[in-house]
Amino acid sequence: MPIPPPPTAPQPDPAAVPARLVLQGIGKVYPTVVANDDIGLAVRAGEIRAILGENGAGKSTLMKIIYGVTRPSCGRMFWEGEEVQVESPAHARSLGIGMVFQHFSLFETLTVVENVALALPGKPALDELAQRIVEVSARYGLPVDPRRHIHALSVGERQRVEIIRCLLQDPRLLIMDEPTSVLTPQAVHKLFETLRRLADEGCAILYISHKLDEIRALCHTATVLRGGKVTGECIPAQETPASMARLMIGKELPRCEHDAPQAGGEVRLRLAGLSHASDDPFGTDLRDLHLDVHAGEIVGIAGVSGNGQQELLRVISGEEPLAERFPVQICGVEAGRLSPGRRRRLGMAFVPEERLGRGAVPTMSLADNALLTAAHNQGMVAAGFLRFERARAFARRCIDDFNVKCGGPAAAAKSLSGGNLQKFIVGREILQAPRLLVCAQPTWGVDVGAAAFIRQQIIDLRNRGCAVLVISEELDELFEICDRIAVIAKGRLSPVRAAGATSIEDIGVWMSGLWPGAEHAADAPAATETPHA
Amino acid sequence: MLELEARAEPSRLMSWASPLLAVALMLVGGLVVFAALGKDPVEGFRVFFLNPVKDLYALSELLLKATPLMLCAIGLAIGFRANVWNIGAEGQFMLGAVAATGVALYFGDSESALVLPAMVLAGAAGGAAWAAIPALLRTRFNANEILVSLMLVYVAQLFVSWLVFGPWKDPDGFNFPQTRMFAEAATLPIVIEGTRLHFGFAIALAALVAGYAFMNRSHAGFRMRVAGVAADAARYAGFSAARMIWLGLLLGGAAAGLAGMGEVAGPMGQLTDKVASGYGFAAIIVAFVGRLNALGILLASLLMALLYIGGEQAQQYLNLPNSISMVFQGMLLFFLLGADVFIHYRLRLRRRGA
Repeated sequence: MPIPPPPTAPQPDPAAVPARLVLQGIGKVYPTVVANDDIGLAVRAGEIRAILGENGAGKSTLMKIIYGVTRPSCGRMFWEGEEVQVESPAHARSLGIGMVFQHFSLFETLTVVENVALALPGKPALDELAQRIVEVSARYGLPVDPRRHIHALSVGERQRVEIIRCLLQDPRLLIMDEPTSVLTPQAVHKLFETLRRLADEGCAILYISHKLDEIRALCHTATVLRGGKVTGECIPAQETPASMARLMIGKELPRCEHDAPQAGGEVRLRLAGLSHASDDPFGTDLRDLHLDVHAGEIVGIAGVSGNGQQELLRVISGEEPLAERFPVQICGVEAGRLSPGRRRRLGMAFVPEERLGRGAVPTMSLADNALLTAAHNQGMVAAGFLRFERARAFARRCIDDFNVKCGGPAAAAKSLSGGNLQKFIVGREILQAPRLLVCAQPTWGVDVGAAAFIRQQIIDLRNRGCAVLVISEELDELFEICDRIAVIAKGRLSPVRAAGATSIEDIGVWMSGLWPGAEHAADAPAATETPHA
Repeated sequence: MLELEARAEPSRLMSWASPLLAVALMLVGGLVVFAALGKDPVEGFRVFFLNPVKDLYALSELLLKATPLMLCAIGLAIGFRANVWNIGAEGQFMLGAVAATGVALYFGDSESALVLPAMVLAGAAGGAAWAAIPALLRTRFNANEILVSLMLVYVAQLFVSWLVFGPWKDPDGFNFPQTRMFAEAATLPIVIEGTRLHFGFAIALAALVAGYAFMNRSHAGFRMRVAGVAADAARYAGFSAARMIWLGLLLGGAAAGLAGMGEVAGPMGQLTDKVASGYGFAAIIVAFVGRLNALGILLASLLMALLYIGGEQAQQYLNLPNSISMVFQGMLLFFLLGADVFIHYRLRLRRRGA
């Protein structure tokens, strides 16, 4: 992802500017885990401070404490010099603390202005409010039409609505939780401009992320968390990604080994003119997709979310069967009408985007979750009855081979951090020795250490002769692991290019639907305007 | 000020303590009801809750009442776990009774040992067939199974009435709406001499064991549990939603049909228009009080049977209307739903002002 040069960090003079928020010795103990341990932190007016850490390092817990969602077990919090106990998010907002969550909390069937009105105290007049939204959005470069419905907005636009909702309450501290995970490179630039303008006006910003490049480009200062503790503070502009990664994960940033692909493998997945109309009125129709994925190669599909990725994955996995057989061919079998279970028996494995609730059953143990897809393949069923010892043994293998940090095969899936659950699911699929692996967002929200590990496992699987299809919104990731790359935009698939023969910039342009020979190039709007499913 | 705070994990302790809490609150509520009706609460408690367990015969009556509840509830629990909401066990119970009665009447005075097994099969098939209607409508036309199965209860009731007032009416029965009494070979054997407790109780216990094995040990049961808690995960794993709807409804219907067969071939010995008397609906409460779990359902069905018999006792000795047992059932479900909040939340005392 192209990153602008680091800002000439306007290091606030500690003596001149009062600290807006100070935390001292904050701790949060849950029954099974110490989420925060003796955390100290200060953020000043006009400062953009990164909270950097792996998944499970305690970033989210800390932000929830500041925003009044949870209460700390111990420690003190000072707001503009006065000690406070934040009782609730409403209390936090009344103090001037705003938060934009990673997962949006908007009502899809309501308009922008209606959504904003719901978050404000009292019953604001909608016309007046719409006017204020227009003003704020013009001032901070966040163009949004207050009369539009949320479902018609792209992910980037939805995030703008969330930010505007915060800004209308004149926050003096803004907390951003992993805000760029859903944005195109262009949208990230826009967001950073907005945040810088806010900081220039004196707003303090806490920016949670694990993306080192972004933090170096945006943040003045950084507090690094590991295992619930502060492991260091730094000025990102003066650090390298490697040195920050060391603070964050305690060791060197791992790199993936990627050799040249084997040539001439058989076709394991073929899309032969796949078209499919989406049932969802806000979904994307797939139009005439052609793609071959061979044994021993990794093919990546890039694109802004909501351009048909979900629909394509469902059609390939069989969760959404087709009316015809031929458009989806798996290991030489025309599989368009087969159920997901039948496709798995042909040798396909599938890692979905949502881990909890789709890739895994949250309340069930890891052993039970092993049964979810591996029951037949790993001999866990005999005469219709379950062989729990086999399920436990297989779950144990996933845990051991993929370094899943958890309480063992009996641990509930939802007790794992996102990254560890992702490792478990990827492990469960890979250890079944598939002939074709289809992977959606393999490292979404996963920390750098786990992400590198998962990517390496996918590459190793390819080296063993498996065909791999990866659909991801992270271009860096696709370029790191893929042999060939295509782009999906508005339900159409671009030509496939060898990864070495194209660049992140070219693919970024293609993500707007503008690839050579694109018949719809004329009417394709900019990528950020694409409706999100 | 009291406030509810979400627990990090649902409490296992509370999920078992909540039915006990509900029972305790129901008892307290019952004493208040007795007092409000001008009865001595202590006497009321004795008649309602102790009379039904005072001797072997009373206990056998309790088990007799619990038998159909157990059967219906274990069948319903299988579907409920997969979010298949069969509310029509009452109707499936009646159709099971009708099918078994048809077999019994067909064989007449035959002494064949095959009559009873045939009635068992017919009862299960009758209940399952009635449940197949909502399953078909749900999988074909996406018609809500709650409404369809419930409405079919009233159809079943009218069908039974038509039979016993019409073609199946006992010609020597002084025009009462009932069939002929079944022959010896079409009646379930008594398990304990001198009581009315019949072999259906053993069938019900076996059904509990089978239900446990199905839900907790079989792959099909596992698939249904997954579908119940995470429909997207079930779709991802390739578990067919239609199959689960069929399985959930057919098993629930078959169990309810068996219970209906047990009533006509057991204590009643004939089919009347009052055959179901609310077992199918009460079983819904039993299934939930029993946490959709075989052991829990065993205990909950005994409790519910106690309420039925206690109500009869209260009618007899306290001059209270029989609907008193409905009041107790209602209180039990009400308090259970209330107490269940504490599985996911805890109560915190909070100082005023914030």
